[in-house]
Amino acid sequence: MSTSTGTWTTETIPIGGVAMQLTRAGEGPPLLVLHHDVGTLARLPFYDALARRFTVLVPSHPGYDGSQRPEWMRNVRDLAAVHQWLLAELPITRAPQTVAVVGLGFGGWIAAEMASQAPRTFKKLVLVGATGLKPEHGVIADQALLSYIDYVRLGFSDQFAFDRLFGAEPETSRLEHWDLNREMSFRIAWKPYMYNPTLPHLLGGISTPALVVWGRDDRVVPLECGQRYAKALPRARLEIVDGAGHFVEMEKPDELARLVIAFVSQGDA
Amino acid sequence: MHLMYFTEQPMSAYPEAEGRAFGATALMFSNRHFDPAAGSRLYNEYLEHYRLAETVGFDGIMLNEHHNAPFCMQAKCNVFASILAATTRRVKIVLLGNPLPLADNPVRLAEELAMIDMVSRGRLVSGFVRGGGQEQLATGVNPAFNRERFEEAHDLIVKTWTQPGPFRWEGSHYQHRVVNPWAVPLQKPHPRVWIPGVLSKETIIWAAKKRYPYIALSTAIEATKKIWELYDSVAAEAGYTGGPEYRGYLQRCHVAETEEKALENARQFMWMQGEFTGLAHPVWSTPSGYFSPSIRTQFVEYAVGRRTNPRGATFEDQINTQMIVAGTPKTVIPKLRRLLEETRPSILGFWAADGFVSSADTRTCIRLMGEEVLPALREIGKELGLWSPFEANAPTSVTFPESAAPATERAAARQPTPLEVS
Repeated sequence: MSTSTGTWTTETIPIGGVAMQLTRAGEGPPLLVLHHDVGTLARLPFYDALARRFTVLVPSHPGYDGSQRPEWMRNVRDLAAVHQWLLAELPITRAPQTVAVVGLGFGGWIAAEMASQAPRTFKKLVLVGATGLKPEHGVIADQALLSYIDYVRLGFSDQFAFDRLFGAEPETSRLEHWDLNREMSFRIAWKPYMYNPTLPHLLGGISTPALVVWGRDDRVVPLECGQRYAKALPRARLEIVDGAGHFVEMEKPDELARLVIAFVSQGDA
Repeated sequence: MHLMYFTEQPMSAYPEAEGRAFGATALMFSNRHFDPAAGSRLYNEYLEHYRLAETVGFDGIMLNEHHNAPFCMQAKCNVFASILAATTRRVKIVLLGNPLPLADNPVRLAEELAMIDMVSRGRLVSGFVRGGGQEQLATGVNPAFNRERFEEAHDLIVKTWTQPGPFRWEGSHYQHRVVNPWAVPLQKPHPRVWIPGVLSKETIIWAAKKRYPYIALSTAIEATKKIWELYDSVAAEAGYTGGPEYRGYLQRCHVAETEEKALENARQFMWMQGEFTGLAHPVWSTPSGYFSPSIRTQFVEYAVGRRTNPRGATFEDQINTQMIVAGTPKTVIPKLRRLLEETRPSILGFWAADGFVSSADTRTCIRLMGEEVLPALREIGKELGLWSPFEANAPTSVTFPESAAPATERAAARQPTPLEVS
């Protein structure tokens, strides 16, 4: 199945009994984007900016954004494994270290798990406001205690940015969509909530060059987690984006795209 | 008929203004507002009411539990069941029930229930529930697996009760190397299981497939009829005929010496509903994955304040629909007759008082029910043929078609006495 949205196309790729839903656009080296726990809008200016330089691959995590829910999944490493299947399936990403990854929030945790399982997968690793590590002082905001709207709003530094993207009062269909995504997050990341206690140790063997990006006003995942990622990954640096909360790609799309393009392209001929 | 007394055990002694200022009285409303001196007094008053209920002629005492909220201060129904097992003589101890998904060790639950059954000399009815939405959060249990855990814990408990150990359990949510608790229930094949519920069709269907009586918790008469239509159709598919012995109902019912007094006290039923649904944070009470997917739209709208609680209704509406019945014995009996005629339950629980109703008024209510209401209902029950599972010797379940009875009685019936042998 294939549907076209401008230059963006969406297809369903069955692998190992899982219906992987993949949206893609652009030309150039492959860049994998892993979305948040609340899913993603089909199109974002950030994706368009990346598509001008890369073949951008935005898979839905199985069970999210209307994709078929694998009932058997129990943790985030299961998600990491099926995304590895997808990379092995696509001709453009099959060879090791050809694809770079941008993990957004929860997607950053998945990217970190993928890199720890198979350290030769990625050419470059970009983690943006990634969950996955237990904060030492604060906590990761718990959506179980927040309404769908309040939780997404919490990820914005500028509430007007939320209004522009989702409307000041998002439609019920959007809430149902968030509820389905939330249910899937509960199925795989309920306890401990949004982190893996062994991940800090697993990051030590990832020699992939890494860029850790954090919105200065991130109220979902504390900035200290960004500092911990930057410290635990052997080849990482931390960039802090002013005027952005957790959803850096929605609040500062151009700035994040510039950071990603510069970092991922660095060293290319 | 099987006529039960019930109270939510309200903890009304807390600063209400604090709750309103905070905007919720469940889960995150601080327990620094809990007053243990009042708690001690109330627990003992509730025990006194239970004992009075036995004295005046109720057949059963229905217990439940809830967590982290003042609308119910009974945090573990097995604790009160244990006390009543030793301090009552005749009444059935009806747990509606233990919230199975909250248990990380269902084998321990099976063991506790077996102890209660033995101490009470076989008077336990062991209902099971899913637990409230916010209780999944309070316990840290995944709401997305609530129903799976409910069903698996049930299967494990029944197996623990009925199959000699040791055996091993390798389930989806529970794994046990050794299941072999020393204590097993006195009743064989196992204590009766009744399933209470409010809204979820899935639970009604599950109960009917198991041939467990379903106890409708204060639903409106028309909604209750729909429940029985569904139950009976599933029963027919399962190869048996539904009917009164599979039907239970919990009726809010306050009786007083005068109509005015009864109505005034009955308004206190709204206290609990205010706490439970009005002042509970809708997101906490309906976490994702907990509710039936068939009503996802209603609940997401409720969670963001676009819809009132699908379960809510005003006091006047509830009086009109008889979800709340209040009056003197003379005026409540015809209303209860209507309930019995229209919905034909054989198990009837009376939720007699709530909120700030005084202990003296509660005792009056219990006494008036025992003296005047219960005898009248028994006559109506006979007239309408509303035989309880005990009176009808109904099967314990689809798996165990025998009627549950204490092993002591079975042994006496089965084995000839030494005199007969000689």
